[in-house]
Amino acid sequence: MNLVLNILTVCAVSAGAFFFMAGTIGLLRFPDALTRLHALTKADNLGLGLIILGVLLRVAEPLIALKLVSVWLLVQLSGAIVTQLIAGVVRQRGLNA
Amino acid sequence: MTVAFAFEVGLAALLVAIAAWAIAVRNAFTAVVVFVVYGLLLAIVWVTLSAIDLALTEAAIGSGLTGALLLGAAARLRPTETPSTAECPSAILRLAAALLSATVAAALAAGVLFLPDPTPTLAPAAAANAAATGLGNPITNVLMAFRAMDTMLEKVVLLLALVGAWSIASDRLSGERSDPRRQADPDGVLAFFARLLPPVGIVVGIYILWVGADHPGGAFQAGTILAAMWLLVLMAGLTVAPPMSCRWLRLILVAGPVVFLVVGLGGLWMGAAFLAYPPAFAKPLILAIEVAMTLTIAVTLGLLAGAPEREW
Amino acid sequence: MSATTVFGLCAAAVMGLGLYGLITNPGPLRKILAFNLLGSGVFLLFGVVARRGAAAGFGGDPVPQALVITGIVVAFSATALAIALLLRLFRVNGSATLRANAPGSAGTEPTGG
Repeated sequence: MNLVLNILTVCAVSAGAFFFMAGTIGLLRFPDALTRLHALTKADNLGLGLIILGVLLRVAEPLIALKLVSVWLLVQLSGAIVTQLIAGVVRQRGLNA
Repeated sequence: MTVAFAFEVGLAALLVAIAAWAIAVRNAFTAVVVFVVYGLLLAIVWVTLSAIDLALTEAAIGSGLTGALLLGAAARLRPTETPSTAECPSAILRLAAALLSATVAAALAAGVLFLPDPTPTLAPAAAANAAATGLGNPITNVLMAFRAMDTMLEKVVLLLALVGAWSIASDRLSGERSDPRRQADPDGVLAFFARLLPPVGIVVGIYILWVGADHPGGAFQAGTILAAMWLLVLMAGLTVAPPMSCRWLRLILVAGPVVFLVVGLGGLWMGAAFLAYPPAFAKPLILAIEVAMTLTIAVTLGLLAGAPEREW
Repeated sequence: MSATTVFGLCAAAVMGLGLYGLITNPGPLRKILAFNLLGSGVFLLFGVVARRGAAAGFGGDPVPQALVITGIVVAFSATALAIALLLRLFRVNGSATLRANAPGSAGTEPTGG
């Protein structure tokens, strides 16, 4: 059981790290600001979710699991809001480059 | 060379590279953003060094609030960009500065490499005296009991910085409400965020204050989170910063140091020493001081960090 | 060489970089930034010393860690005061420079405004 949990944790965290790397490559390689924002929010949120899933498997108490999930939800909320704000400014000032 | 060691070496190298980038880049706004990234990486380094309280404080104040302050200032000072790049120092000055910095860094590195090996430490003393307050978090013990004088004077320093910032402001602002520079759209995303997040943030802040007695946390981190929620509401235009002459504002600002001072003088009056806590009441007294401190810190940090948003 | 020593060397390097930036960067905002970098290098050095003093079941010596927490707050308040001064200078002079013969540095109004 412990071995299965360990394998699952390593797989989930590796997948999360892969998505973070994909998001970073998108940040560096995509042509304009809006597509870069898109890469960052989608890939990074999924990556964070996978990492937290992997860590959840090793947690002892349910309260800590609840805190981890709420961390993920708060990061998603703030990421979405900030992305909308940046995209609004980009569109308004024609900075799409 | 284990994986953990390789990771830590990589982290240290990344930290130096990002610090060099922040110094070298031309655009001031970019430099501030890189500095915020540096602060967040430093928070990870603190966790690696087993200093969780420090990681919380660094992420909240060191890169969060300082980043907000510097970003606001960089945005306000954007018209001064081109003239300032014209006064770059000469090559001789740069070479001399590089030599001086390299010497200082080398001396410090030598100091690090020759640190005494059985390290003199105060951890056993802190552990032995922890029973005096009944708190589980050793850093809270040091901050609130063993070196409470430093913490009290730090409150006064915060207040002095705010008084200094206020005294430079225009005379015409001292009595009136200062308007926010930008009114956010009341139906927009920022206003929605400023209605949704502060209740959660306030609960998290109070939780961090409460849990700081036995686990990483404490008054500074809690005060910073509360200040950040207040700043969010201010930036969204949902409320206006109170004027400097407001009475309740000034009361909250002095509440922290005054409660600290009263408890300290009470210890002196009861015969022991300044800031000595009677053992039976140590934990409630410390909690009362921390609550007053958190309120003062929240208001002071909010006013200090929101400065570029207002008209000075 | 343990990881803690590596972080100590990193702190020394960051302090050198901060000092260089403080001396050579012309704009006051960049100087304040370099000063903050210098300060964070000092705090990192304190943290390294605290980590080396781990004993009695703690992960690190709590006294240097408490000193660093105090230091971070004081550094922030110093930065805030410096930024307030800088913004006021910009507002009064129209330019944020530390040179003595800057344009517009002949006093405009007697008091604030």
